[in-house]
Amino acid sequence: MFNKAEKIREKYIREEMWPSIFCTGCGIGNVLSYTMRALDELKLDIDRCVFCSGIGCSSRLPGYIEADGLHTTHGRAIAFATGVKLAAPDLNVVVFTGDGDLAGIGGNHFIHAARRNADLTVICVNNFNYGMTGGQVSPTTPVAAVATTAPYGNLEEPFDLCRLAIGAGAPYVARWTVGYPYETIEAIKNALAKPGFAFVELLMPCPTGYGKENEQREPAVAWQWYKENTITRGDLGRLDPEQRAANRKIVVGTLWDVQKPEYTARWAEFVQSL
Amino acid sequence: MGDEFDYQRVMDILGSREQFTQGDVACAYGALLGGCTFFAGYPITPATEIAESLARLMPRIGGVCAQMEDEIASISAVIGAAWTGRRAMTATSGPGFSLMQENIGYACMTETPCVIIDVQRSGPSTGQPTEPAQGDMMQARWGTHGDHALIALAPASVQECVDLTRLAFDLAEQYRTPVLVMTDGEVGHMREKIALPTAEQVTLRERRRPTMPSDQFVPFRAVQGRVPEMADFGTGYHTYVTGLTHDERGLPATDDAAVHTQLVARLCGKIEDAVAELTRVEIDNDEGATVGLVSYGISSRSAAGAVKLLRLQGVPVSHLRLVTVLPFPEQAVREFAAPLERIVVPELNLGQICHTVREAVEGTAVVEKVARIGGEIIQPAAIVRAVQEGGQPVRSG
Amino acid sequence: MSDRMQKEIKICGFGGQGIILAGVILGEAAVKAGYWAVQTQSYGPEARGGAARSEVIIASEPIDFPRVTVADVTVALSQPAYDRYVKDAATTDGVVVIERDLVEAPGSLAQPFVKTAESVGNKIVTNIVMLGYLNGYLDLITPELLEAAVLANVPAGTEDLNRQAVRAGRQLFTGGEGEQ
Repeated sequence: MFNKAEKIREKYIREEMWPSIFCTGCGIGNVLSYTMRALDELKLDIDRCVFCSGIGCSSRLPGYIEADGLHTTHGRAIAFATGVKLAAPDLNVVVFTGDGDLAGIGGNHFIHAARRNADLTVICVNNFNYGMTGGQVSPTTPVAAVATTAPYGNLEEPFDLCRLAIGAGAPYVARWTVGYPYETIEAIKNALAKPGFAFVELLMPCPTGYGKENEQREPAVAWQWYKENTITRGDLGRLDPEQRAANRKIVVGTLWDVQKPEYTARWAEFVQSL
Repeated sequence: MGDEFDYQRVMDILGSREQFTQGDVACAYGALLGGCTFFAGYPITPATEIAESLARLMPRIGGVCAQMEDEIASISAVIGAAWTGRRAMTATSGPGFSLMQENIGYACMTETPCVIIDVQRSGPSTGQPTEPAQGDMMQARWGTHGDHALIALAPASVQECVDLTRLAFDLAEQYRTPVLVMTDGEVGHMREKIALPTAEQVTLRERRRPTMPSDQFVPFRAVQGRVPEMADFGTGYHTYVTGLTHDERGLPATDDAAVHTQLVARLCGKIEDAVAELTRVEIDNDEGATVGLVSYGISSRSAAGAVKLLRLQGVPVSHLRLVTVLPFPEQAVREFAAPLERIVVPELNLGQICHTVREAVEGTAVVEKVARIGGEIIQPAAIVRAVQEGGQPVRSG
Repeated sequence: MSDRMQKEIKICGFGGQGIILAGVILGEAAVKAGYWAVQTQSYGPEARGGAARSEVIIASEPIDFPRVTVADVTVALSQPAYDRYVKDAATTDGVVVIERDLVEAPGSLAQPFVKTAESVGNKIVTNIVMLGYLNGYLDLITPELLEAAVLANVPAGTEDLNRQAVRAGRQLFTGGEGEQ
């Protein structure tokens, strides 16, 4: 495993950018490593991959990858990525985004891209807050959680990003926490292989922002919280109906996987037909 | 990818070389003849006909046309497409132009060639959606935050919608910058005769792409002049594109004053220092004239009408029409102003470019304006009156 | 300069009456006939109803100011459009032609465009009847060129109706001077 990680780093990481800006206990570095593992296992040509992002901690990821990267404006990564994909359908286009970037300022692009169903892989790092700006409330912050802009506790209902993606038409939707490395790598592989809009939500702690305000400052405590407060879809299915109905844990796993016509293929077919 | 331009294929779709058509449609024609193969836009009066035309024409030349969820997505998609090597464009009007501003700045910062057509309508806010205006001129200059420079052209006729849109693509590639085509609702919806260029007249200026091995390529280092070569995504050059302050490698250097200063100076300088070669003006000098008109876009046709009327009355008057509005042709305006005592600037706003003119002539001539809003274009008689009796004063705002 | 020809024409009516299309066809025919032409329009935000106005300038030389300054001919096909664009407009001069059954305007040339359109098959071609008449009045473009421009701009399958309409319009002009 260690050797493998070394190899991945050597092969895909932009050395000049090291060390990363990520805080101790943050899971974003793990997302980078899982994504590169997924790419490597699928033997994708890195020269034919483009990594897009918006603004926020997770949006810094493309900078660490020795590949083409498009680090754009806040919330707009998916719209930029759509341009890349429509203009060059042969490229593999991956979007790294965060909960604020994706579902706050960029919410409209998110649902429309899911509806349009161009072949994008969107990996959302959900840490329940705006981390880069210091821990403000986000569209996924749980009710009653404290944030610097919700100092008395959050009164708003959060988005369930996966249900939003499914509702908007995404053909592949999965959610994991960074505590599930193999499952996450598998989900990213599935997402990359899926022809269409594939969405992977990764829950992870933000010790510096959300953690500081909500008694998850210690990385070990934070990671423990994610373990205790999630349940796999498989485990949920094994509960008896009453227990299942009473479940308040966040469900992780492959949440949606269907076949749908992919947009750029459809466009190419249409152009051919003229 | 994007540069494989086939004149005949485009003309087969556009039909006869001579047509009677709208300014908006002509912008679409100009785009296709400028090698554009990617359009993303969002419906808005009075620019919608550009999107409608390209929705019909673009797939027939094998290009891509997308209606996005809003104008922000449209300019985003255009920038993304440009990095794959395509010539890409969006078109909008005031409210959409406002929404695009942040990413126009991103295109300046990342040196992404792209074309944005603003069919100006009367604002502020929703204003008079179907009425023409020239109220976005200062927004064209300063709409995005931070110091930057870009190119803006102002068509005054349907023919110029073809010609300047086509030119915009070449300039975008040559300078690696967003180029704005600042048309308006009158020119956009007006119909006139156009003559589309011949094959000989259409030679695209190719994007300068790196030929050196990828490990020697420094993506934001200008080797020749001040415009770096641009590697298309997917060609193995591994370009990291960011709106953050970046060094020549493209890597963030946000806390380095020298890197930031150098970068922004180069980005502004590559446009501003090229003002002489970018200047396109039409000058109609009258010997002995002490009054001159400086105009652009639709108002230049009001000005031309006024010039005709004044000369019929024996009143000498000179006229300079700005075709390039940005970078502002300061030298040309200054030379034009040299023999003049007064300059009158007609505009469909309460006074925007008149300030730039006043700054350019630096007191050598008095600058007055004929400022009109409300939807009707300026009657030549109003300019005649201003020339004979004095125009409205231009005051520092 | 002295032999410069310039005719300024204003056509107005309800949105949906084909006012703008009439202007477009006239401009296109003028260009085909070798003139310079510019067609502009004014309309409200709604696609139907409201008052619509189309302006055409036809000239022997390039046209600078694209709007009508002083109209040589004005056509009004609805009362509100007449009231708004003709009655009080400074640009109105020359002859004013109105639709007999829809506009009351003393001193204008009243013509039965709607009735004539109905007699050739459908009042939807009122604008084309009017064009045939207007073209006769202007005497710049041959009937054949106008007819070709009409046929190039109408929906497939309606060619016969529109051909009859433009011819009937011309007939209206050659057959009489209208009712003063």
